[in-house]
Amino acid sequence: MDLFIHQVLAGLATGAIYACMALAVVMIYQAIDHFNFAQGEMAMFSTFIAWQLMEWGFPYWAAFFLTIAISFAAGVAIERSIFRPLHNAPVMSHVVLFIAIFVIINSFAGFIWDFNIKSFPTPFGTRPVLGQGLLSAHDAGMIAVVLILLLLLFVFFRYTRVGLSMRAAAANPESAQLVGVRVSWMLALGWGMAAAVGAVAGMMIAPVVFLEPNMMLSILLYGFAGAVVGGLTSPLGAVIGGFSVGVIENLAGTFIPYIGREMKLSIALALIVAVLMVKPSGLLGRKIVSRV
Amino acid sequence: MKTDTPKDLLDATAARSASSRNLKPLIGMVVLVAIVAAPLFMKNFLIFQLTLAMIWAIAILGLNLLTGFNGQFSLGHGAFYAVGAYTTAILMEHGGVSYYWTIPAAGIVCFIAGFLFGLPALRLEGTYLALATFALAVAMPQILKFSPYEHWTGGVQGIVILKPDAPFGIPINQDQWLFYFTLFILILMFAFAYNLVGSRTGSAIKAIRDNPTAAKAMGINLSLYKSLTFGVSALYTGVAGALSAIVVQFVAPDSFTFALSVILFVGLVIGGVGWIPGAFFGALFIMFVPHLAEGISKGLAGAVFGFMLIAVIFLMPSGAAGLLKFVLDRLTPVRRWIGSQSRRRQ
Repeated sequence: MDLFIHQVLAGLATGAIYACMALAVVMIYQAIDHFNFAQGEMAMFSTFIAWQLMEWGFPYWAAFFLTIAISFAAGVAIERSIFRPLHNAPVMSHVVLFIAIFVIINSFAGFIWDFNIKSFPTPFGTRPVLGQGLLSAHDAGMIAVVLILLLLLFVFFRYTRVGLSMRAAAANPESAQLVGVRVSWMLALGWGMAAAVGAVAGMMIAPVVFLEPNMMLSILLYGFAGAVVGGLTSPLGAVIGGFSVGVIENLAGTFIPYIGREMKLSIALALIVAVLMVKPSGLLGRKIVSRV
Repeated sequence: MKTDTPKDLLDATAARSASSRNLKPLIGMVVLVAIVAAPLFMKNFLIFQLTLAMIWAIAILGLNLLTGFNGQFSLGHGAFYAVGAYTTAILMEHGGVSYYWTIPAAGIVCFIAGFLFGLPALRLEGTYLALATFALAVAMPQILKFSPYEHWTGGVQGIVILKPDAPFGIPINQDQWLFYFTLFILILMFAFAYNLVGSRTGSAIKAIRDNPTAAKAMGINLSLYKSLTFGVSALYTGVAGALSAIVVQFVAPDSFTFALSVILFVGLVIGGVGWIPGAFFGALFIMFVPHLAEGISKGLAGAVFGFMLIAVIFLMPSGAAGLLKFVLDRLTPVRRWIGSQSRRRQ
């Protein structure tokens, strides 16, 4: 039982990473109805920007917020320049563009900052908070950041005019247009916010997994898994999903011999396929009914 | 009726000038002779590269059958490439099976794997399927490293296999022999693909792409056909993987990462989705362009790939097929003029 509680706590710590990423995935999914396969790379690039700013002597929090602003602008720019002209193109074109952005960002990050791993500082420190090596200060800080982020998003989407417009634009573009919402800018805003959330995720994750151009691939997979488990239309669901994926991964690693430890990524694969088959709307997602 | 697939457009262009039809078999013969004779005069490394390009072409063709003709996505075909390669390597290393028998074996294994993965996946559409296959591709290296069957797969180290000699004492070296061997399989696979697409089954596959609801109303069993197409597609990619294992003489988990699936996807898009010969253009592109890009700067191949993808989507959504059509259209007046001249002479 002790081992069990131990592992659940450790799972929550890794789950915070996935929850961060899942939140970014859901942000973009709500805006454009697609998975952004370049999400991880965008977050990775943002983290490199933060690292570079700190190398130039910026204090942590200045670099943190500056990076968020830059990422937001970059997200908007990507939507305006690449996706806007192809808004009505078939799904295929969008997937191609995601892959294109994926390889371009990955390649440029390696080109600018090379492929050696770099360490990334944490603002919370590393001393243990709970028990010995159970939950470090950084883990606790990360969980707090995720929850704050979730709260901010909740307030934004519930109580602000822009947030409500964004939801309207995503749910019913034509009607939203008719009542005066600038739908296409709402999409750009969605991209910007997803990029900003991704940047936060990247900066929280980097102290744990180290900074290098390929750091995000497996984390993105877990982020997808978290988003799918929680429901693709719900930020709260994404966070719960992310935490549960972390806990499931850790418990499987402890209690299922071999498979849990060595095939962790396959657990994410199995979760994604299973949830999509059995309950495509996830834990908290809205059911989407389409005419056949 | 849907007439804007690249192939239809090309057919229409070709049909417009009957004079080119008489030339077709002749041109085909000349090209074939040139290809068959080529390895006798080339350096071994170039032969090796061209063999790899043919292998890419088979893999891309497999992906094209799925995406171009059935409208399903896959970002994870690298996984089936890996399964094919490992089937061959394990059979050769542990089963002592001759290399040529491992190719159909790899095809069958991948067909079953693809069919089984397709069964649940076919319930997913569009980006969901892309997501599931993405997950498969990302998880693949870890699955291949799995220690309980390390004895068979060689774990992280992988398996080294020996290059086969030419049979019957034919006086050509191993690279040349593998070139011909791959060429033979390539022709076989392309002939089968043409027949499949042109057949009744092929029409059903395309109908599902164009309008699933109507296809269902016409009595097409959607789930069966979609999983079968997934299986056939995996079969092609698996055969390509098997050939690559023999040609490269080595399989290891880290050769089959997500990057491999991305490369196949790039080849598909560049070559032209839904046009069978596009696989050649895509294969030549992914074989030779990275080398050029690496020549300019290391690690820039990805950026070149990415910008090419964006360019294709913006300028020429049908890839190389579109480019060829564009050129043929420009040539049509010239050909008509030549045709009228020759008629006048008669």
